Amino acid sequence: MSAEGTLRNTRSSERRFKYTLIAPSIFVLLLIGIFPLVYLLVVSFQGITMIDNDTSFHGLRNYAAMASDIRLWESLLHTLAFTAIALPLELILGLLMAQLFIDHLPGRQIFVALLVLPVVVSPIVAGATWSLMFDNRFGPINQIIGWIMGQDMTLLWTISPNLVYPAILAAEVWQWTPFMFLLLLAALSAVDKSQLEAASIDGAGYWRIFFRIVLPAIWPVMAVAILIRSLDLFRLFDIVWALTRGGPGTMTETISIFAYVKGFQQFETSYTGAVALMIIIMLSFVVIMALRRVELSR
Amino acid sequence: MKLAQRRALRLAMRYAGAVAVTVFFLFPVYWLFMISFKTADEIYSYPPVWWPASLQFSNYAVLFKDGDAATVGNSLVVASVSTIFAMLLGTICAYSLARFKTGGEHLANWIISQRMVPPIAIVFPVFLLYVWFGLVDTYFGLILLYTAFNLPYVIWMMRGYILDIPRALEEAALVDGYNRWQVLWKVVFPMCRAGLFATAIFTFVFAWNDFIFALVLTRTEVATYTVQVTHYFGGQSNFWGKISAMSVLGTVPIFIVVGFMQKYLVRGISLGAVKG
Repeated sequence: MSAEGTLRNTRSSERRFKYTLIAPSIFVLLLIGIFPLVYLLVVSFQGITMIDNDTSFHGLRNYAAMASDIRLWESLLHTLAFTAIALPLELILGLLMAQLFIDHLPGRQIFVALLVLPVVVSPIVAGATWSLMFDNRFGPINQIIGWIMGQDMTLLWTISPNLVYPAILAAEVWQWTPFMFLLLLAALSAVDKSQLEAASIDGAGYWRIFFRIVLPAIWPVMAVAILIRSLDLFRLFDIVWALTRGGPGTMTETISIFAYVKGFQQFETSYTGAVALMIIIMLSFVVIMALRRVELSR
Repeated sequence: MKLAQRRALRLAMRYAGAVAVTVFFLFPVYWLFMISFKTADEIYSYPPVWWPASLQFSNYAVLFKDGDAATVGNSLVVASVSTIFAMLLGTICAYSLARFKTGGEHLANWIISQRMVPPIAIVFPVFLLYVWFGLVDTYFGLILLYTAFNLPYVIWMMRGYILDIPRALEEAALVDGYNRWQVLWKVVFPMCRAGLFATAIFTFVFAWNDFIFALVLTRTEVATYTVQVTHYFGGQSNFWGKISAMSVLGTVPIFIVVGFMQKYLVRGISLGAVKG
């Protein structure tokens, strides 16, 4: 077969080939992505609850109910509060840690390998671990605070309204600061050293170098890290579930926990359908905006 | 001399800082592991004991005797089978996206955005459908959902790895008379072996560590270890020995696997954005 013939053959089969390759994946994604979405839409216009399997058309009643559901908006507020506090903390602590490890340090690889471990622990296990740590009598945290204060402490970390937020945030920040650290360490390692030296010789101070050279250089990676973490924080469930189950009352209920409770404990099927759809629409909007700005591919 | 001293002091301080940070981040892991080897008396002693008098395996023995440890087996089955499916479907899809620009940037962005939707919003309608089709608490149901949820990750990551390998080899193979499937199998896959391996590991870890899908879609038959851990949280008292032992059973395999993955870790967790 001549090379030219092969090429023509190649071109004619290319179309069929490239669609054959994506077909199975697209089928599965549509099956689990679009099909349930349509189902959600249908359910959200009905009136199904635990006691009433009412599939007649209820119009926008469930959506109207959402507007006046204070618990729903509070859970959204809690989610945003967790994000607003945890994200900057993880970013700054991660950056500080990366600074600590950026220059040559004996055994650096071992340190990094150990610091990775919290990231790969299952979040529900991380939550369970911290609930052991925070136990008022048998946990080490009250013990350590007791040593510092010089008296026995029995702080109720997972029950007391003043302490649940710090407790959850501690677990969250513990698990994901190493994530920020790893990404920022990789970004910092790629910064051009000669540029830093040149700026230093020109008399630029530490902060000036950081804001003018280092930060712009690591920003693309930082933006990706912030995007991934904020989307993760928006779906926050496991750690809160293990520590407080949204309590006391509904004080630490995130939007994911709210939807779970409504759908799987109170069986308000149609209402949960409307809530889930709202979550998907909100998130899609954010993701589309984010993907335009953040260079995730190359 | 003075400069050398200052340097040594600086290094010592950084070293101390590094050790302190590492101890802080490892202490909870240590505490979890240590509790699993304690006796009940040591677990519920006040003030807490930081070092068990002897290594006890009774917490683990109970899990195996009661059959609770089988949930780790469920996690293994569900996570590995779904990983194989996701890798098979996802890698060929990724090849199409990478080499033929199928669907352009829009399709690629749509696929990765599928991964960013909160799991609760996915699992709720899926649960309703599964009830309809009788798929709740079945291996098939859970595997299908994990496959679908991890597909975008596999496609996205493998697209990046395939874009990294030179195109010329594939063209040469075509000219040599290989058909397109042979090129995929004999040229492309071997070339991105490391990427395939790394992506499979992370896909496995995501499925293994999942809690919310398993919480909603399993009852008793295919409950995974993450669901089992939460069963030991009681209203009044927690079964700490069981919580910690079950957590350790689920965590050790992940630590071992990730230990081999250091080189690919940053790329794997940053959705391919950082080559590391």
